[in-house]
Order: sequence, then structure tokens, then C-alpha cells
Amino acid sequence: MMMIVAIVALGALAGASGLLLGFAAIRFKIEGDPVVERIDALLPQTQCGQCGYVGCRSYAEAIAAGEADINQCPPGGQGGVAALADLLGRDPKPLDPELGPEKPKMVAVIDEQSCIGCTLCIQACPVDAILGAAKHMHTVIARECTGCELCLAPCPVDCIHMQPISPTITTWKWVYPAAEARAAA
Amino acid sequence: MTPPFPFHGGLKTVRHKTESNRETILPGSVPERLVVPLRQHVGAIAKPLVQAGDRVLKGQMIGQPDGYVSAAVHAPTSGRVVAVDQQPVPHPSGLPDWCVTIESDGQDRWIERTPVDYQRMHPSDLRNFVRNAGVVGLGGAVFPSAVKMNLSGHCERLEQLILNGAECEPWMTCDDLIMRERAVEIVAGIHILAHLLQPREVLIGIEDDKPEAIAAMNAACSGTGYQVRPVPTRYPSGGAKQLTKLLTNKEAPVNGRSTDIGVQCFNVATAYTLHRAVAHGEPVISRIVTVTGHIAQPRNIDALLGSSFADLIARCGGYREGVERLIMGGPMMGFAMHSDGVPVTKATNCILAVGADALVEPPVMPCIRCGDCVEVCPANLLPQQLYWHARAKEFDKIQDYHLFSCIECGCCSYVCPSHIPLVQYYRYAKNEIWALEKEKQRAELARRRHQARMERLEREQREREAKLRQKAPPRTASPLDGATAGQSPAEPALAAPASIAVNVERSE
Repeated sequence: MMMIVAIVALGALAGASGLLLGFAAIRFKIEGDPVVERIDALLPQTQCGQCGYVGCRSYAEAIAAGEADINQCPPGGQGGVAALADLLGRDPKPLDPELGPEKPKMVAVIDEQSCIGCTLCIQACPVDAILGAAKHMHTVIARECTGCELCLAPCPVDCIHMQPISPTITTWKWVYPAAEARAAA
Repeated sequence: MTPPFPFHGGLKTVRHKTESNRETILPGSVPERLVVPLRQHVGAIAKPLVQAGDRVLKGQMIGQPDGYVSAAVHAPTSGRVVAVDQQPVPHPSGLPDWCVTIESDGQDRWIERTPVDYQRMHPSDLRNFVRNAGVVGLGGAVFPSAVKMNLSGHCERLEQLILNGAECEPWMTCDDLIMRERAVEIVAGIHILAHLLQPREVLIGIEDDKPEAIAAMNAACSGTGYQVRPVPTRYPSGGAKQLTKLLTNKEAPVNGRSTDIGVQCFNVATAYTLHRAVAHGEPVISRIVTVTGHIAQPRNIDALLGSSFADLIARCGGYREGVERLIMGGPMMGFAMHSDGVPVTKATNCILAVGADALVEPPVMPCIRCGDCVEVCPANLLPQQLYWHARAKEFDKIQDYHLFSCIECGCCSYVCPSHIPLVQYYRYAKNEIWALEKEKQRAELARRRHQARMERLEREQREREAKLRQKAPPRTASPLDGATAGQSPAEPALAAPASIAVNVERSE
């Protein structure tokens, strides 16, 4: 008798828990992969493809799937690797040197005198930051350029170059106190 | 408890007020060349209204406010605009900013001045008038006053309107002198503020080491109900939050505004310029500047905005021997200039020349955790914790210790026995956090634009396929046509040139 009561009680408990968990799985279902979202949020969104994937999102998916390593994003730099390592609980490692060095932030500039209006750079820009029309001059919307350099190769007249972004009075920052830095080193 | 209600921390600093407050305000001269920065306020830079070659009159608007938090900029004298370009400005970076350069014609001819009757004006019209007159906080923070004159729902009406005449920074005496000499006009400016903000009481806080200013303000306030409240001389009593605590015993919440507790605070010189703008139609084109320190005859000058620091120093008899550094602002919160060729702006309350003898910078030693910085912090923070996190670049942890409540008064650095430049660390951390935030916004924009582009390409691809299907006669009329079409070997070759053609069409 005791045994039957125990089996029934435990069975009922298991059934109730199962229903509850089943309900929760449907009710609180999370759309998409939250890990991919969080990795994507740490990437610089340059959309340059230096990692070997088409855009930052694909790279984030590859990292989440374990197909790509965390040190394949030169624009994100060593800081980006550290942030990814922190998120994923892995050991930080140096950037993969084969994929190119970490560079200062740059912006693409079109030499408007030489531009022939071929629209090839417009098609290459991953963020639609180049404005222009066929046989008309093109120009880069500097505010929206991510500095991915994807427009350089297609240009048949080599009229695009990368320019480092120099600090202005609004983007200037106080530097890390130098005297102390020396003392700490 | 009776007022004043002391704030936490603070210091007795050196004073050095008497060097410059014995003489009256020296009327400014009109230099041959004025370089007027278009960014003399917090918020968006003013839009230039003139170009090289234009003739301007004294008081003519040359920079238009751009948006709500912005202020106008005016020609300080009549003459000809010779350039609208980037010029060195007083900024810690030494970087140039947009300025209008005016060559004076020597006539100093005013534009037509139109005073307004503020009592009959709609409040929002009056605020617009104030923004267009270029009135900003002259205590040094240069926040557009029109914004502060709008309670915007934070409270029904003001409990206390505070006029800040504390002037706690050592060496600085420009507010002291303006209260001594122009008290009546300051009170006229307070009438305008009181009309707009309807405060229950008006309190004027002045440090008790300025007896002449207190007497002058008392005389000017008789019969108005405004109360002049001397406060003990203790740095930084002139901080808006510290003065509010001293006079009302109230403190604004960490992420709140002073209007949340029914208090608004204006500098006395701001009230003066407000009166000049409203009652005389004169926009802000000059301000009182204390020129002091290692200077032959330190004193206060009513200087035209755009005059160079060197002009003002020359009028005070020039430098004394051995000047090593030029500081804009006081010794506690000011910053060093890269040259004396920069122009006076609305933020230039003091020009301080420092001699080599005062510039002995002892070596920085490790923190010994003495806690002196905690004792003096007027914002009730833990400067030591902030320091550790800033040094380690732990920008999320430092915000848990309320980095952004730091007013950068410099008390902690002043008392630090290890001479650690604490405030520099806090400024560095604040800048880094802002930059990271901006970087994040940029990345988010790029992500959205990339996503939009991918969606558009996909849509175009679908449309192309649909078009091709329509044109080509169906070879197999099966419902799986869409699926098989992509697999036919001819399709990709067809699609590639078509994609370029469509793109070109679109861009034309």
C-alpha cells in the first residue's frame, strides 16, 4: 500500500513538474540565440569580412557554433578579444596575425576629381555609406563609414584612400595620467 | 538647525583675493582684431550667420543657436568679418575650433537695440529672447540659461531661487567686483528670473570674506524680499550643489536635477547679463575677467569676448618675471593654456599666470590609503575607490561608485599626501566612458544599416527571380517551379549581370 502511495505521489509530482516546465518552455521561449546576440553586441560592426565571414553577425554565429576562434577580428583589436574571452569564459589570446594588424580608426575618402562614377564602390559598401549615381561623382558619408576598406579594391581608378580620424575638440579625450603611469610601470 | 547647513568635506584653501580686488573694474578696450568662437556654451555649436567680407555691427548676431541646448554668439564690436575658420581656443586640448574673426573699424557702432517688456511676454518667447541674446551661465560652466529658466514639469514652481555669489576659487574676484559695482543691475536681473520661475524665496549666497559685496547686495535688495545670505568661506561652497545644501539643507538625488527639489541656481554675473539683454537689448558681448597671479598689476577687466589673453595681460602691465604657466579658471579647477593668443570666451572668468616658484610638483607616490580624500570630498564619494578603478580602467565598476557625481573640484588631489593627480584620473575615466558609449552608438548604427542592406539585396534578388519567371515561358508547369529554377545551371550566370543592371538603374 505504502509503495503504491509513494509511486502515485512521485508520479503526480513528476507529471505536474513536467507540465509546468513544458508550459514555461513555450511561454518564455527566447527568439533567436541569445549568445549570438551578445557576441554580436561586442563586435565593432565594421562589416569588413576580415574574419573570413560575411559581416559581424555571421562571425558571431560562427563563434557561438564553435567554428571560429575569438581572435579573428582586427578592428575589434585586443580589447575586443578580451571582451569576447570574458563573455565566453575562455582565455584571451593574441589577435591572429594572418588576418591583418589592429589599425587606428579610419574613414574612406573619395578623390572626387578622379571618380568616374562606376558605382562599383557603392555596391561594395556593406553599410550603404557611399552616395552617388552612374557616371556621376560619388562621395562617402563620413559619419556612416565604418572604415572597412571594402570599397578600395573594386575602384578601377584607385581614387579611394583611407584617412585616419584625427581628434577634434569634441572628440578629444583626457589622457591617462602620465606621471603615475611611469611610476606604476 | 539654522542656516548655513554645512556640506560634507571641503577645504580651507589659500585665498589670494586681495591681489585683484582692490582696484575697480577696468573698462575694456576694443582690440583691432577679435576672434569670436562659435562654441562658447555647453551644447550644440552656433551656426555661423556671416562670411568673410561681411560688415557687422556691435551686438549683431553672428552665430545662431542650433537646437534647444545652444546659445547665440554676437559681434563684440563693429567692423568687417575677415574669416570664419578654425582658430585656437581656450581648451585643455589646444585644438582649434570654429571662430569668426572680426577686424574692428574703430567706430564701435551698435546695432539697433530693442529692449523688451518681460512682464508682458509669453514665457517661451522670453526664453527664446534669452537664448538669442546669448545668455549662458557665467560662473564658468556656460550652460545656456534659457534651458534653466524652463522648469519643464520637474516642479510646479520653484521653492528657492539661488543666486551664486560665493566665488570660492582662490585668486578669482570677478563676481566680487560685479556685486560691489553693479548690484542694482544684478537685482534687476533677479526680478526677471523671479518673474519667470515664481520662487517662494530668493537667496543670494556670498562667502563671508566679501564684506563689501555683501553690503552692496544688501543695499540693492532692500525692499525686494530677496535675502542675502553670507556663507562660511570654505572651498567649494560655490559649487551649485554645495551652495544649495548650505542655504537650504536640500540635496538633489544622484541622477536627478536641482529642479526635482525645487531649486534653481544662477550666477550673479548671469543675472546681470540677463538684465542688460532684457532692459537694454544688449546681448552678451563682454564679461568681467580677473587677470591675476604673476602679473604686474592684477585686476578685473570688463573684456570684450574675442579679445586675446595677451591683450588683457598687456592692459594689466604684462607678466612679471618667471611666468611658467597660464591657467584659465582658478588654480583648483582651471586648466593650462597652450598659448596666450587664445580669445576670451563666456567661460573665461579668470586668467591666472603662475610663476615657477608655485609650480613645484612633488613626485607621485603610491596611495597609502590614508582616507584624507574621503574626508574632504564635497560630493560624498570615495575618491580612493574611484582612483583604483580608474587606474585599472575598470569603467563599469567605477560607475558603481558614482563617478559621474564627481564635480572635479580638486579637493582630493589637494590633500593627497602622495600627490596623486586624482582628478586627472576621474576626467580620464569620464572621457573614456563617454567615448565607449559613442562607439557603441556608432556600431549599432552600422549594424542596422548593414542589416537593412542585406534585407534589400534579398528583396531585390526575389523580385528579379519573379520577373525572370514571368518573362520565361514555363517549361514545366509544376508548382515546385520556384525551387527548381534556382538549380538550373543557366540561372546564376543570368542573374549576375542582371544584378548590376538593376543596381545601376536604381542609382540613376
